[in-house]
Amino acid sequence: MSPIINLLIFGGLAVAMLIMSVMAITTKSLLRSATYLLLTLICTAGFYLFLNYHFLAAVQVSVYAGGVVVLFVFAIFLTTKKDEVLVKHEYRRYVYGALIALVGIGLVAYTILKTKFIYAANPSMEGDAQLSMADIGTALMGTGKYQFLLPFEMLSLLLLAAIVGGILIARKDKKHGEKEESQY
Amino acid sequence: MIKLEYYLIVSTLMFFIGIFGFITRKSMIAILISLELVLNAVEINFAAFNRYLFPEQMEGMFFTIFGIAITAAETAVALAIIINAYRLIGDININDATKMKG
Amino acid sequence: MEYSILILITPLFLFLFLGLVGGKLRPNIAGIIGTLGMGFCAVLAYSVAYQYFFVIGKTADSWQSIMPINFEWLRFTELLHIDLGILLDPISVMMLVVITTVSFMVHIYSLGYMHGEVGFQRYYALLSLFSFSMLGLVVATNIFQMYIFWELVGVSSYSLIGFYYQKPSAVLASKKAFIVTRFADLGFLVGILILSYYTKTFDFATLTANNAELVISSFAGGTFMGMSLVSVALALIFMGGAGKSAMFPLHIWLPDAMEGPTPVSALIHAATMVVAGVFLVARLFPVYFFAAPDVLTMIAYIGAFTALFAAVIAITQTDIKRVLAFSTISQIAYMMAALGVSKYGDHDGLGYMASMFHLFTHAFFKALLFLGAGSVIHAVHSNEMKDMGNLHKYMKITSITFLIACLAIAGIPPFSGFFSKDEILAAAFHNQPIIFWTLWIVAGLTAFYMFRLYFGIFFNGKRDYEHKPHESGLPMAIPLMILAVFSVFTGLIPFSEFISSDNKPFEMHIDMVVASLSVVAAIVGIVVAYTMYFKDSNKPAAVAARLKGLYTASLNKFYLDEVWMFITKKVIFNCVSRPIAWFDRHVIDGTMDNIANVTQKASHRVRGLQSGQMQRYVAFLVAGTILIAILVLIFV
Repeated sequence: MSPIINLLIFGGLAVAMLIMSVMAITTKSLLRSATYLLLTLICTAGFYLFLNYHFLAAVQVSVYAGGVVVLFVFAIFLTTKKDEVLVKHEYRRYVYGALIALVGIGLVAYTILKTKFIYAANPSMEGDAQLSMADIGTALMGTGKYQFLLPFEMLSLLLLAAIVGGILIARKDKKHGEKEESQY
Repeated sequence: MIKLEYYLIVSTLMFFIGIFGFITRKSMIAILISLELVLNAVEINFAAFNRYLFPEQMEGMFFTIFGIAITAAETAVALAIIINAYRLIGDININDATKMKG
Repeated sequence: MEYSILILITPLFLFLFLGLVGGKLRPNIAGIIGTLGMGFCAVLAYSVAYQYFFVIGKTADSWQSIMPINFEWLRFTELLHIDLGILLDPISVMMLVVITTVSFMVHIYSLGYMHGEVGFQRYYALLSLFSFSMLGLVVATNIFQMYIFWELVGVSSYSLIGFYYQKPSAVLASKKAFIVTRFADLGFLVGILILSYYTKTFDFATLTANNAELVISSFAGGTFMGMSLVSVALALIFMGGAGKSAMFPLHIWLPDAMEGPTPVSALIHAATMVVAGVFLVARLFPVYFFAAPDVLTMIAYIGAFTALFAAVIAITQTDIKRVLAFSTISQIAYMMAALGVSKYGDHDGLGYMASMFHLFTHAFFKALLFLGAGSVIHAVHSNEMKDMGNLHKYMKITSITFLIACLAIAGIPPFSGFFSKDEILAAAFHNQPIIFWTLWIVAGLTAFYMFRLYFGIFFNGKRDYEHKPHESGLPMAIPLMILAVFSVFTGLIPFSEFISSDNKPFEMHIDMVVASLSVVAAIVGIVVAYTMYFKDSNKPAAVAARLKGLYTASLNKFYLDEVWMFITKKVIFNCVSRPIAWFDRHVIDGTMDNIANVTQKASHRVRGLQSGQMQRYVAFLVAGTILIAILVLIFV
C-alpha cells in the first residue's frame, strides 16, 4: 500500500472514530449511545491493525465489542423504561465541560507537538512483522524478564473478584425479592 | 507516512470527549460509556508508543490487553451496581443516587 | 520531720474526698470525717511543734530553720526557680499550731452550728481547702510558694464567705472580699517580681540571710520615683499583706465578709487569713528592717491608724459580728504596728516577738469571741444587738466563756491578752511614743466596745423571747470551753524563749509602767461600758447625741465604703474600664468577629464544592490536574 492510501485510510478511521465517540456521548438514547461506542471500539481495533498488533485488534473486538458492549446493552434493557430519553441537561454543565475539555486538549496537544519523539530505528509496520502468537503466549506465560505471568494471574484473580462481586451486587435479596414480586 | 503524533492527537481528542461526556451526562450508564472512551484512548496510546518507540518489546501491547480485561471487569461490576441502584431508586440518574450522602 | 508534709496532705486529701464524694455521704458522716481529719492534723502539728521546740530545733543559742522537704518545681532561669517545700522555724511552727487548733475547734463547732444546713458536705470540703491553703502558706519555703497559697487562701475564703450563695448580700460580700484582696495581691505580685528580679531568688532563707545583705547589695541604690527601689518593692509586698490583713484603706472587705457562716468568720478572721499579712511581714522582717526601714515605719503608722480607726467604728456598730470584725481589724493592726516599731535582735526585737505573741493569743480569744457570738446568734436567730439581752441566765457557758474572751482582749491580767498586748505597748513605748499613745487609747476603746457588746448581749436589753433561748449543744460548747482555757493560759508561755526577731531566745519581762497604764485604760473602758450599758439607761443615746457627727460617721464606717464605691464606679469604671471595654468590644472583638465571619462565609462557599455530585468532583479533579500541568509548563 502506498503511503498516501495508508494515510487516507488512517484519516478516515480517525475521523469516523472521533465522530462516533462524539455521537456516543451526545445522543439522548442510551441504546444508540452504546451502539456508537461499539463503532468507536471497532475503529480502535482498526488502529491496532494499523499498528500491526493483530492479536490486540482481535482482543479488542472480542472482549470489548463482544463482551462489554453486550453487557451495556443488557444493562440498558434492564434499567431504562420504554421510550425514556434523557432530556434533562444543564446549560452550565456543558459550558464547564467544554471549557475543561478544550483547555485539556490544547494543553496535551501542545505538549505532544512540542515533544521530539525519538523513533526506533525500524518501527516495522509491514504485514510480515507481526508478532507471532507463540511469542505472545510465551511472554504471557513466562516468568522471566519481560514476561507477564504474575500480572496475568493477578488479572485472573481480579476477574474472579469482579464476577463474584457482580453476582453479589446484582443478585436480588431473596426475601426482599419475594416481597417485591408479590407486590406486582 | 503516519506519525506517532497522529495517534496521540486522536487519542487526546477521544480522551477529552470522554471527559466531557463524563461531566455532562446524567445517566449512570452514559457516564460509564464515557469512561470506556477515556480508557480506550489510553489504550491506543499504549499500543502506539510501543510500536513507534520500542518495537522490540511488548509491554505496551500487554498493558493494552490487561487494560481491556480490567475495563471489562470494571464494567461488569459497575453495571451490577447500576442495576442494583435502579432497583433501589427506580432510576439511573446520577443525581438521584443520594442515599450514601452524609 | 518529713512527716510534717502530712499536715498539708491531710486537709488536701480531705478536700478532694469530701468535695468529690462528700455529696454521697450522709452529712453527719462527712462532717465527722472532716473533723477527725483536722484533729489528726492538729495532733501532727503539736507533735511537730514538740519535736521542733524541745528536741531538734534548738542549736547552741538560736532556733534553726529546718527544711524537711524542698523540691524544685519550676525553673525559669539559671538562678530563678520556684520550689515547693516545707520550712520549719519558730514562727511557722507556731502558726501550724494556731491554725490547726483553731481550725479543729471550728470543725467541731460547725458540727453543731451548721447542723442541717444545705451543702453541709461542701462546707466541710471548703473548710479543709481553706486549712490546707493556710497551712501551705505558713510553711512556704519561698515567697512564690507563699504567693500560690496566698491566692488559694483568697479563693477558698471567697467560696466560704459566699457559702450561702443564694443570698445576694453573701454573694456581694464574697465578691468584694475577693476583688479587694486580689487587687492588693497585684501589688504583692509586682513586689515579688521586682524583688526577685534584683535578688535572683525567691527563697526566704537566702533573702533574710546575714541581715538581708543580698537584698541590700543587689538593689544597690536603685531608685524609682524618688523612693529607693527596694522600698517600692517591699511596700508593694506589704500592700498584699495589707489587703489580706485588712489594713486601712483595704479593710473594707472584712466587715462584709461576716456574711459567711459564723464559724467561718471565726476561722478566717481570727486565726488564719487576716494574720497572713502579719505573717508575711514577719517572715520578711529582716529584709524590711535592714533594707527598707522607711517602709517599716510606714507600716507602724498605718497599723496604729487602722487600730484606732477600726476601734472607733466598732464602738457604734450594732451587728455583733461586725463589732467583732472591726475589733479584728483593730487587733491585727496592733500586730502590724508592733512589727513596725520593732528593731532587730535581742531585746530590741521586742516588737517582733510581741506581734507574734499577740497573734498567738489573739487567735484563741478572737476565735472564742466569734464562736460565742455564733452560739448567741444560733440561740436568738439574729445578728442585731437589739434582739438580744439578758442572755446570761439562759446561756451560762456561752456567757462565761465570752466574758473570759472579753477580759483577754481587753488586756486584764492574768488573761492572755494582757501579756501580749503589754509587750506590744512596751515595744511602742520605747521606740515610737506617738504610736504608743495611739495604741494605748485603742486599748481603752477595745475594753469599752467589748464590754458594751458583752453587757448588751448578756445583761441589758431585751427580756422577753418568744422562743426561750437555750444553751447550745455539746459540739458547740466544748470548743468554747477549750478555747476559753487557751485564752486564760496562753499568756503565761514564755514566748520570747521561742520566738524572736533573730531567732535567739531572750528574757522578757513585764514593764510595770506600761502594764499599769494599759490596765488602767482597760479598766476605765470597762467601767464606762458598765455604767452606760449594764442597765437600761439613756446615757448611750445622750452621748451619741452629744457627739452626733462623730457618731454618725462612725456608724457609717467613716463613709469609706462610699469613697471606694465612688472611686471604683465613677472614676475607674468611667475613665478606665469603659474605654478599655469599648476597645475590647469594637477593636479586638471586631477583629475576631471579622475573622470568624470571613471564615464562615468562605466555608459557605467551599461547602458548595462538597455537593456530593460525583461529576462535579471529576470536573474539579480534571480542572485541577490541568491547572497544575499548565503551571508546570509555565514555571518549570
